[in-house]
Amino acid sequence: MVKRIIIAGVGGQGILLASDILSEVCMEAGFDVKKSEVHGMSQRGGDVVSHVVYGEKVYSPLIGEGDADVILSFEKIEALRNIDFLKKDGVMIINKMEIKPLPVASGLADYPKNPIDDIKKHVNNVIVVDGQKEAEQIGNIRVMNVILLGILASHMDIKKELFVETVKKKVPPKTVDMNIEAFNFGYSYSG
Amino acid sequence: MKELLSGNEAVARGAFEAGFHFAAAYPGTPSTEILENISKYKEIHSQWAVNEKTSLETALGASFAGARALVALKHVGLNVAADPFFSAGYIGARGSLVIVSADDPGMHSSQNEQDNRNYARSAKIAMLEPSDSQESKDFTKLSAEISEEFDTPVLLRITTRISHSRSIVEMEDRKDVPKKGYEKNVKKNLVMPAHARMLHKKVEERLVKLKEYSNNSDINSIDYNDKSIGIITSGISYQYVKEAMPEASVLKIGMSWPLPDKKIREFAENVEKLYVVEENDPFIETEVKAMGIDITGKDIIPGVLELNPRIVKESFNKVDKLKPVEISERAPIRPPALCPGCPHTSVFRAINKLKLIATGDIGCYTLGALPPLSAMDTCVDMGASIGNAMGIELMKDEDDKRGIVAVIGDSTFYHSGITGLIDIIYNKGKSTVIILDNSITAMTGHQDNPGTGKTLMGEDTVKMDLTKLVKGLGLEHVYDIDSYDLEGVEKLIKREVERDEPSVIIAHNPCMLLPEMKKKPKDRFYIDHEKCTGCKMCIPLGCPAISFDKDAKKANIDKQFCVGCTLCVQTCNFDAIKKIEE
Repeated sequence: MVKRIIIAGVGGQGILLASDILSEVCMEAGFDVKKSEVHGMSQRGGDVVSHVVYGEKVYSPLIGEGDADVILSFEKIEALRNIDFLKKDGVMIINKMEIKPLPVASGLADYPKNPIDDIKKHVNNVIVVDGQKEAEQIGNIRVMNVILLGILASHMDIKKELFVETVKKKVPPKTVDMNIEAFNFGYSYSG
Repeated sequence: MKELLSGNEAVARGAFEAGFHFAAAYPGTPSTEILENISKYKEIHSQWAVNEKTSLETALGASFAGARALVALKHVGLNVAADPFFSAGYIGARGSLVIVSADDPGMHSSQNEQDNRNYARSAKIAMLEPSDSQESKDFTKLSAEISEEFDTPVLLRITTRISHSRSIVEMEDRKDVPKKGYEKNVKKNLVMPAHARMLHKKVEERLVKLKEYSNNSDINSIDYNDKSIGIITSGISYQYVKEAMPEASVLKIGMSWPLPDKKIREFAENVEKLYVVEENDPFIETEVKAMGIDITGKDIIPGVLELNPRIVKESFNKVDKLKPVEISERAPIRPPALCPGCPHTSVFRAINKLKLIATGDIGCYTLGALPPLSAMDTCVDMGASIGNAMGIELMKDEDDKRGIVAVIGDSTFYHSGITGLIDIIYNKGKSTVIILDNSITAMTGHQDNPGTGKTLMGEDTVKMDLTKLVKGLGLEHVYDIDSYDLEGVEKLIKREVERDEPSVIIAHNPCMLLPEMKKKPKDRFYIDHEKCTGCKMCIPLGCPAISFDKDAKKANIDKQFCVGCTLCVQTCNFDAIKKIEE
């Protein structure tokens, strides 16, 4: 059994930290794991994608179209952009955040009107969360990516405790409690 | 102990474990993190070179001194270093000389997708191709051994998906290797024609020995399965083949130059139909065909952009071509952009307003080519902006009165801009060169360079004075300007472009993403909608923090992204952009 997960979003949103934690958890759980991402040009406000593949034996770090079990998108239209990668019965987790690409901000293009409704027409299993609002309620906008990671974790067959331990290791010491609260919120979130 | 390492981290770890003494590089995606990680090992003397050519020349010097030396570069970086690379092919290696080339199929951050395997063949040296992080570490160590045993430089060829993928690696300790010491040996190290003629003969003999090694090495291995399909593959393509075609027999190539001809023949004889799966060029395919063996490769496998398991499956007709989901509204493109408050913005805004011909260069500022700034006509290679500008200036129609500027960053200017500028001065050019000095090599993630006063190993060093350097070339018109003075920048560029002599403008201000800049307290601004007339004068700056609300006909600033550079304030004729009082 091999599971394939895509985390998508916009440069600066903490995509790479989330996929770092995720891949470390997979290794701790005793799986073979590979993670792929792209640096450089894409970090200047462009779209960012990280692929994480885990299982008994993993070959390709890259996920082909139609092969992802779960897509977690930190931004609405980045979910739209990656929809072709999702398996037929795959899960799409969407953070309701809207970040306008430059062509939209400068009036050269339009932001899609109802991306989430559009996606729901094609994907049965869509989970939507207002991560920014929930993070603010917990106390800091910066825990948004850990909330999203919590939701993702609830759709994986890896023990919750392993995630909690790894989150504790990876976040700044002063923010551990808040991040654990955020993770727990995400883990029990049902949409 | 096991760790999750990227391919680049694994190469660095391999250099550490194999007892390397020296490493040099010029930053370039996807290779940059190799030297960044090597610099964490104090046992290895590591340095940022001013360009790839000097990095390889210094590493070759270290090899002359009997040290184990490594150079890391991106594929196009090897073009810059090609001259010493080919000479090194003749000279060989006293201490190990390993050149790591990180190619970029798919051009995630590059101007082409040249396949650097061709370089190993042309220079007649050994080449290894790892397929994951564990092999990246193991093959770096093996490269050091092959280099010394066969007296050859070794090209360790990786690609973006090796460099920037993480997989599990077993860590080992460093094995210290004594340096062999420097010995004068002109017949080997001084490639004048008389010596080179002898050396070329040795190089051909070396290739024969390397081919024997390639045939016997277990990094070229055959795994028989269903013998109706046999696939030869290497590097990351191996992983795609194993995932997409688990039933096929596979000849995995770890040493791809010289190729193991005997193993290839044996494999070809034992399978019914022979294929090769490789990204970009038909490198293995051409060689196998030259051996008189029937093989299918680029007839079914794309030669443009990178592969993935899906593409391999489709190529072998295992699955139908995927139909894109029929969604009513697709996502608009999200191109990278100059950051909010980027000090380069004002120069591009001025170039756009003045309708100049602008030859560009390689760095973050290449993004000045994108709308709405749209302020760049060309981008060719590191340092090309300056020569391109002079060529256009000399040869454009006489009645074409448009002004010409070359735009180049500080690090790129040190890398290969200086020679172009000397050309302009010597050949009586009149172009204006604008150096965007943000005091760092920014695009690749903030590496130090001769202008920062710091070395890769964190030591203080001489800080290059760009203005003095340029004046020292004998140029009379050299002007410094504060890049946040929007009007001043425009006036100065206009004046210098009209001047009938060559000139250099240096626009100064540090990159906004530098840690010390991020820490600085900043004003933030908002747009007073009572005063905003919707004139859109602030929009052409292309600031990602500013957006225009088409329905309300007003501009907005996202305070989350505003860094208080005040450029938009300077564009507004209605005093609508105001400081947030906190």
